[in-house]
Amino acid sequence: MIRVPIMADLFAEGKEPEILFWVGSAGSFDDRAKKITRAFVKILNKANVNFAVLGTEESSSGDAAKRAGNEFLFQMQAVTNIEVMNAYNVKKIVTACPHSFNTLKNEYPNLGGNYEVLHHTQFIQQLVDEGKLDLKDAQLSADRITFHDPCYLGRANDEYNAPRNLIKSLGASLVEMKRTKKNSLCCGAGGSQMFKEPEKGTMDVNDLRTQDALETQPNVIATGCPFCNTMMTDGVKNANKEETVQVKDVAELIVEALNL
Amino acid sequence: MQWIPNILFAIILFVGIYFFAKNVRKLIRNIKLGKEVDRSDNPSERWTNMARIALGQSKMVRRPVSGVLHIVVYLGFIIINIEVLEIILDGLLGTHRVFLPVLGQSVYGFLIGTFEVLALLVLVSVTVFWIRRNVMHIKRFLGKEMKGWPKNDGNNILYFEMVLMSLFLLMNATDDHFQHLATGNTISQYIAPFFENLSFGVVHAIERTAWWIHIVGILVFLNYLYYSKHLHILLAFPNTFFANLKPKGAFKNDPNVTKEVMMMMDPNADPYAAPAEGEDEVVATFGAKDVTDLSWVNLMNAYTCTECGRCTSNCPANLTGKELSPRKIMMDTRDRLEEVGKNIDANNGVFQDDGKNLFDYISKEEIWACTSCNACVETCPVNIDPLEIIMDMRRYLVMEESSAPTELNNMMQNVENNGAPWPYSQMDRLNWVDEEQ
Repeated sequence: MIRVPIMADLFAEGKEPEILFWVGSAGSFDDRAKKITRAFVKILNKANVNFAVLGTEESSSGDAAKRAGNEFLFQMQAVTNIEVMNAYNVKKIVTACPHSFNTLKNEYPNLGGNYEVLHHTQFIQQLVDEGKLDLKDAQLSADRITFHDPCYLGRANDEYNAPRNLIKSLGASLVEMKRTKKNSLCCGAGGSQMFKEPEKGTMDVNDLRTQDALETQPNVIATGCPFCNTMMTDGVKNANKEETVQVKDVAELIVEALNL
Repeated sequence: MQWIPNILFAIILFVGIYFFAKNVRKLIRNIKLGKEVDRSDNPSERWTNMARIALGQSKMVRRPVSGVLHIVVYLGFIIINIEVLEIILDGLLGTHRVFLPVLGQSVYGFLIGTFEVLALLVLVSVTVFWIRRNVMHIKRFLGKEMKGWPKNDGNNILYFEMVLMSLFLLMNATDDHFQHLATGNTISQYIAPFFENLSFGVVHAIERTAWWIHIVGILVFLNYLYYSKHLHILLAFPNTFFANLKPKGAFKNDPNVTKEVMMMMDPNADPYAAPAEGEDEVVATFGAKDVTDLSWVNLMNAYTCTECGRCTSNCPANLTGKELSPRKIMMDTRDRLEEVGKNIDANNGVFQDDGKNLFDYISKEEIWACTSCNACVETCPVNIDPLEIIMDMRRYLVMEESSAPTELNNMMQNVENNGAPWPYSQMDRLNWVDEEQ
């Protein structure tokens, strides 16, 4: 069983958690992303992190609305969320979604929301560095892993190392794609493309990116974003490789390696 | 009579610089048609960026072949231009190689020798560039937007450089006095023998002709800049200085929207209140419909773009055959800005509505194909930001015209109604807790 403290409950008991885990809409509703959410909570539980979620008080970060051009809807969402978080005196946020991560970190401050915001791979790295999570006995069955950089973690916020360091410390070999880090290719879902059909073209972006990944002949394509996960999973299916290649979030790999 | 060449030279120089200055003023006027945006923060970081990226060409070498060749041409261009100073002084004063007695034979010889080597290297590099553009099938030079003028423009620049470098070497090779110094003619000594059998008078005439065409060519090239993608040789510096310093994922929050949102959220606000005295009553356009809705940095970006196409060759939409090309976004913005500028010139300084806007150049299909992945911004060797223009145009489409694709309208409706991009109830946000498989 996973332990998921809820902010309102803690608040009623007069407690203030150190960390707010921002689940995000995908992490709350998308069947594949929900598994990532649970995997991350297992890690939080294992490391005895004092955290809480907003639960039914959480609402869309507004990233999708903003990238779709609806600045008004974005700011309404942001201001509403900020009001809730400020009421709970939130200081530090961690999220498994690079889109929420980017929006909360970069676009909330000038609307009154000032928090320290971390991507879950950054946060887990901190847990490891502080000795709260021990990866020494981590043993992963997959031996070739390639990491797909989510645009909103990588280029948008210059974090390339945290997920890679974690993968390496699981005892697997990390193989880089030809387009990687700064030069990484988008999965095709950013900028609200997740919610619409692509424009007319010669192929879909996720299939092209999956080709990049499959060229490294991996057992696992790892990523750190629920949208990238969906796009790459579809890409692997389209390439008829789902028997041999899995798409996993870094948090899921850790859970698997630690047998949580 | 002996002063005629000097006077003629002074007139040519004055005319060349006069027209260039006029175009620079127009350039600045057009850039200032953009909206104000404050880029005066962190001056030290800005100077560092300019030194690293523009002066130091750090992003060019990410593609080693074109990067190294470009550095050769760039260094050649800057260093050989020291020689132009002497040419101008000679032209005005009627002297010949005025620096020679000043610097002494060995220093002067060393300098000119270096220039000659660079001139040859530039000539070789520029030839390779021409081959890359015209013979090799390099995809980024063959994009849809590279037909007609943009293609010719690219070649014209290369021809200019080929001719100017050849004239420089030719004028040294046919300078009898200079060749007899036997220092500094590192390259031209191998060209000089071709003129051995000609009379002194003819060789001297060739030298004079080469000298004159060379300096006039430089002035013509200077005036060609404004009409060409080659403006980057000047604008790369301010462009890298004023470029965005925030994380690339941080999109700006429209302050006009913030005002409205804050008013809606404030329980004490009177929605029918008249605007306070002195408050701007002009209703702002949300997003960008035309170039004047963009920021001056966006517009400077457009003039800076040299159409190298690295952005487009990294764009996921373009790589998968979509209409979007970030380079075309920049070229279209410049073309429309030029059109607006000409309109202002033709109408005594006031823009007359021509029934057109930026959407006559850039289609909605292009705007909606963007994944906002920042690959174009990351790769641009001079820090141009096509993404900000795309996002501003999206904002206009959604907030002023309500013309988003249907699926996006559904998504936004969901966010509005139930706080998620999908039609799930906010009350179900914790269901994942008990769904252990």
